[in-house]
Amino acid sequence: MSVAIPEFDEKSVDISGLDFSDLEEKYDVKAPKMIDNCVICDGAPIAPEAKAPVLKKVLTKLFSPCGKIEDLYLPLENGKTKGYLIIRFSNAIEAAKAVAQLNGKKLDVKHRLLVNKLTDIDEYVLSGKIQDDFEAPEFPPFKEIGHLNSWLLDPKGRDQFLMNFDQSVGVYWYRKNLENEPVIEPRMQWTSTYMKWSPKGKYLFSMFPQGVQSWGGPEFQRIHRHLHPGVRLIDFSPNEKYLVTLSPEPIMDPMELREELRKDYPFKAEDIGKKLVIWDISIGVPVKTFALPPDLENATRMPWPLIKWSYDDKYCARQGPDAVAIYETEKDFQLLDKKLLKIEGVQDFEFAPAGVRLVNSKKTDPLDVIISYWTPETENQSAKVSVMQIPNKAVLRTIPLVQVKDIKLNWHDSGKYLCCNVTRHTKSKKTFFSNLHIFQLFEKDIPVDKVELQELVLNFKWETRSNKFITISKSDKGELAASNLGAESNTTTFFDVEEVRVGTGKNLTTLKKWVPLTSISNSFEDISWAPQGRFVILTSFGLASTQLKFYDVEFDGDKPKDQNKKVQSNLKLLTTHNFAGLCELQWESSGRFVTAVSSTWKTKVNNGYTIYDCAGHVLKEEQIDAFKEFQWRPRPESLLTSSDKKRVRKNLKEYAAQFEESDTMDTNAALRELILKRKQLLAEWTEYRSNTVANLASLNLPDHKGTVAEETIETIKEVVLEEHEEVVE
Amino acid sequence: MSNKLMRPILLKGHERPLTQVKFNREGDLIFSSAKDYQVYSTSNYLITASADFSGKLWKAETGECIYTWNFESPVKRVEYSPDCKKVFFITDHVMGKQGKIQIFDIDFTKPEQESKPILEIINEGDATTKPTTATWSYAGKHIIAGHADGSISKYDSITGEQLEYSTPFKKTITDIQTSSDRTYFVASSKDQTAKLFDIDSWKLLKEYESESPVNAACITPVKDYIILGGGQDARDVTTTGGGEGKFDAKIFHKIFQDVIGRVKGHFGPLNCIAIHPEGTSYVSGGEDGFIRLHHLPKSYFEFQYEVEKTAEALQHQNASSSSSGNEQIEASA
Repeated sequence: MSVAIPEFDEKSVDISGLDFSDLEEKYDVKAPKMIDNCVICDGAPIAPEAKAPVLKKVLTKLFSPCGKIEDLYLPLENGKTKGYLIIRFSNAIEAAKAVAQLNGKKLDVKHRLLVNKLTDIDEYVLSGKIQDDFEAPEFPPFKEIGHLNSWLLDPKGRDQFLMNFDQSVGVYWYRKNLENEPVIEPRMQWTSTYMKWSPKGKYLFSMFPQGVQSWGGPEFQRIHRHLHPGVRLIDFSPNEKYLVTLSPEPIMDPMELREELRKDYPFKAEDIGKKLVIWDISIGVPVKTFALPPDLENATRMPWPLIKWSYDDKYCARQGPDAVAIYETEKDFQLLDKKLLKIEGVQDFEFAPAGVRLVNSKKTDPLDVIISYWTPETENQSAKVSVMQIPNKAVLRTIPLVQVKDIKLNWHDSGKYLCCNVTRHTKSKKTFFSNLHIFQLFEKDIPVDKVELQELVLNFKWETRSNKFITISKSDKGELAASNLGAESNTTTFFDVEEVRVGTGKNLTTLKKWVPLTSISNSFEDISWAPQGRFVILTSFGLASTQLKFYDVEFDGDKPKDQNKKVQSNLKLLTTHNFAGLCELQWESSGRFVTAVSSTWKTKVNNGYTIYDCAGHVLKEEQIDAFKEFQWRPRPESLLTSSDKKRVRKNLKEYAAQFEESDTMDTNAALRELILKRKQLLAEWTEYRSNTVANLASLNLPDHKGTVAEETIETIKEVVLEEHEEVVE
Repeated sequence: MSNKLMRPILLKGHERPLTQVKFNREGDLIFSSAKDYQVYSTSNYLITASADFSGKLWKAETGECIYTWNFESPVKRVEYSPDCKKVFFITDHVMGKQGKIQIFDIDFTKPEQESKPILEIINEGDATTKPTTATWSYAGKHIIAGHADGSISKYDSITGEQLEYSTPFKKTITDIQTSSDRTYFVASSKDQTAKLFDIDSWKLLKEYESESPVNAACITPVKDYIILGGGQDARDVTTTGGGEGKFDAKIFHKIFQDVIGRVKGHFGPLNCIAIHPEGTSYVSGGEDGFIRLHHLPKSYFEFQYEVEKTAEALQHQNASSSSSGNEQIEASA
């Protein structure tokens, strides 16, 4: 049996009773109104009717860069213009652009244009939505991320480091003899490329296609997003106040963005097209943007950093053709004295990395900011290296140099010395050799010591704490020699200071003279000093296989005869290690540990890391697939006074004992139990003994030790008082 | 600690097994006795106890016998009180005579001594509970005695009243020596253990376990160590086959109760051990008839557990930081 289904007839349904208003509202497409394309401009001059066409022409010219003007209505009243006008653009984007660019524009001293969208007048003025009374805006709730330096409070004073491997990044505590202890769970996709600590370790930055993000606090929560699409390179001011980002993509016009993105877009109209941005790290907003210099616009290799900073973050500077632009960070990044520092032909410049105490400055004055730069040889002028005081731009010292090919400015970290590594050519211009000119900034008249070398210096590194340095040089024999390079073609030379007395009587002074301690011939190309000096590693980066040689330059022992007796250094080779695929050496900031890294970005050999102590003992070794980065977290300067440090040094043994115990306890849980038990036993025993001794003392017992042994010991000494020799003839 | 660092001085003056070695108070003389004597001494006078039922007072320098006490049984042990005004003798429980501790007044200035004891502590039980060894507590207030059944007791040295009694050992007590301030003592036993007790509270403080009978134990001054000496009894050596290795002195850490060192050298069990009053050397006497004088090496004094180092470091650090704090206050004032 089947049931017949009646055929459905659409027309038979009565729809007159249904309410479609909700759907109509939902799917209603509003035709764009012409009014969206209009702006109203107030504050224009009130001119007589005769001058109206001229005014109209001026205003048309002013507004036309924003878009195509379809109509410009300048109303008249009583033979005068009314002071406002309405402009219709071809679309709403152009209208919005006009508001953004010209609102507040000063036409002349008396007239300031106020440009608004015509719809806004409806919305905010006529609708009555806007209250006359001021209502304070609501601040977003404060986001608690914890103390940014909380990691320094680790009771054991351990160090942190980050590892970037495979797809994740982790931050770990370094523990002696133990597995690394994660500070936070390693995070997947934390960065699209690399990570960077800020220079004093307060922030961690990660890179994304849309910009840079800063992280910090005990849980590494996000602090700020620094939106800068396409960002490639980042850098910091020395006191981690400012962040510099560079992207090959020019900054977009905010008006071209979608509405919802526009709200958080940090850039304004004046930033459009620029590529270099300086950000205030603590508030996360851009403070200054720059276009690239024209010569770098299409460069394949970007010199970096493009912005250099004074030691105190007060000034930053960048180099342009024949000039250096110095900006005052505390005055809205205005040019110092509102003008460029003109230096004809300037090739390179560097700030002193620390404040300089010039001889003629008062003790109470803040340390001076010093800048150094060099200019090349021209037809009738020698090359020059100069040092200049900032902000007064006084040139303190200049040295002329001839037959110069290149100069590298190497500042000592303390700002005390500036070594100019000058590459010179022989008269024939066929071969090159090097001279080192060392400025001594803290001395009277800034003396310059000259070290003449036969060879070409390839690498130069100051020791961070003292006045020693190392050069790696090679004898340049022109093109001929290039074919028969031996394995041991480089020379490593260790320099130290000899104090030389000059003059007589009142003019007697001691001069610093840099002299070689010793030279070693080898194939190394790179020098890596420990951050606290004394220890140094010689090696070569980027080879399939290389050696690490650990040296001590202040070895406490007999000095070999082949080392220069006149200087204090005493060089000793401590250890040699072979290392495959070495890409980088990362010193921990106290100089206790150094990590050798093999990164998958540069080599496929032996990816992973090895941690050594400063004498070259292997502490930890790990091979990790697709290992990218290892970075010790930098530490801020120590707050201890020199007397505090002295006391620590004096009690070093006591401190060491405590650390050793805690190390042992960490290594092994069973041992930890044992040590804790022993601690308790010792404490109990000490308490028992002090109680017993106190009890015994309270009894006032006579001391019997001497009762029997009392005896008088008499000793007779014979002394010869005088001796006479009589000769009897 | 290795034997190489510790080259002992061997003294061979006895033909028979040693029974007692003793430093004088200044630590510059060693007195030793073999099977026939028991000795105790000050620098000038020496008292000996002998199996011939007598105790004798000697002038140490000349070896002249000043006085003789006569007893009813062999004398096992003698010791001056810390103030040198009293002396006790322990007499053996043999031939129907009860074991006794007899205390005499003594006065070196007189040639004649009291022949009657001022106090007798008599062992009421049989031979198994006889006193085997004893020593004086601080200020001579008590006599601490060890008994053949492994019990120890504390007597008031004036009234003779037994103040404490316990049986912490399974076998006979072989030696009792006090700390240098005489507030606690170590007792050793044939049951292969030695134990540390507080005299006032009679509390067991520490236990040290050896692998052979312990014949002697001493508490070292300066360092917190205990030195134990012993070994298989001579008559058991051949039967147990432990002919080697057990005749060493063991150095224990007093607080942590671990063995931290061994000193080999004797051919037979160690019968007695004495530590120099300054803790710089110790002397051991063996069944083999040798006396070995060991000057303790640097490693003995330098050895420290991590926790000891830390405790010392903290103490030192606190001391130095508080003193430098004062300096700063002075400087600012």
